[in-house]
Amino acid sequence: MTQSHATATHAADTETAWQSIATDWSADRQTFHVPWGKAMMWIFLLSDTFIFTCFLTGYMNVRVSTATPWPNPSEVFGLEVFGVSVPLLLIGIMTFDLITSSGTMALAVNFGYRRDRGRTAALMFMTAAFGALFVAMQAFEWTKLITGEGVRPWGNPMGASQFGASFFMITGFHGLHVSAGVVYLCIVAFKVLRGDYEKRGYEIVEIAGLYWHFVDLVWVFIFAFFYLW
Amino acid sequence: MSAATGQQHPLKLYFWIWGLLFLFSGFSYATDFLPHGYFRWGLILLFMVAKAGFIIAIFMHMAWERKALIWAILGPPVVLLVLIALMVIEGDYTEFTRLSSFSAPVVPAGHATAEEHH
Repeated sequence: MTQSHATATHAADTETAWQSIATDWSADRQTFHVPWGKAMMWIFLLSDTFIFTCFLTGYMNVRVSTATPWPNPSEVFGLEVFGVSVPLLLIGIMTFDLITSSGTMALAVNFGYRRDRGRTAALMFMTAAFGALFVAMQAFEWTKLITGEGVRPWGNPMGASQFGASFFMITGFHGLHVSAGVVYLCIVAFKVLRGDYEKRGYEIVEIAGLYWHFVDLVWVFIFAFFYLW
Repeated sequence: MSAATGQQHPLKLYFWIWGLLFLFSGFSYATDFLPHGYFRWGLILLFMVAKAGFIIAIFMHMAWERKALIWAILGPPVVLLVLIALMVIEGDYTEFTRLSSFSAPVVPAGHATAEEHH
């Protein structure tokens, strides 16, 4: 669009400051050679990275500063199976559940680019189902902690009172992301099945996949820093 | 494959990474049976970084993107290390002041009474 560029330069004398900003920023240049939706998703995920890092850093700060011992996550999140208490069992299952969903999502992206609509939608619905299962397990975990162990955002019987606030904030915000992802995946899968992307192409499946892998990625860090540390 | 046709890679690669993610999740879980200390924390970080790397590089296709996108996305989070470092220092200082000013009552010299010996 050299023509419009020349016009813009010519009109420089008459255009206002705001018009000049609009002209420069809307010039025909492209930095990221990917579909715009993919670039936008990456930038959104970058901002989300900052939010989750702030939460995890806040948690680290209260944990190192408290003079009261921190509750032992290994015991708090343990489950009793046939009379044997297995440490961190539920969290382990949730981790493997999310990893499984990440794999089915990666396959869905692959089949999307092959224009295999049936398999793509099926794999995306599977991914969403694993995500819903994750949220269900998290609901069970929250219920167990709130009604069984008496954990509250302002205190708990096991140790440092900041434990509850950190736990509910971090896992709650992550669970919200998983829930939103389940809805997002179902919508895109339904549209794939209906053939909405036959003309536009299947980048949308990869973009939805980026979001889903990010949710799994955040869980990797939560698992390491909140549950294992 | 060019960017226009999207990211298309052999299925075998995805199955490999999937398997590795399971393996490393197993390793991560196993660290819970180790005693707390630098060895355990080091392993937790090692497995965490490996899993994050597999997810970003392969599942999110970052390994095949152009440098402009890679640096624009992976560069900015580096500044978060400054925040983390500051909060470690601040947190340690807070703990120090709590322990020195608010912990178990310190018996002032020449003021030892019975009620302070609980």
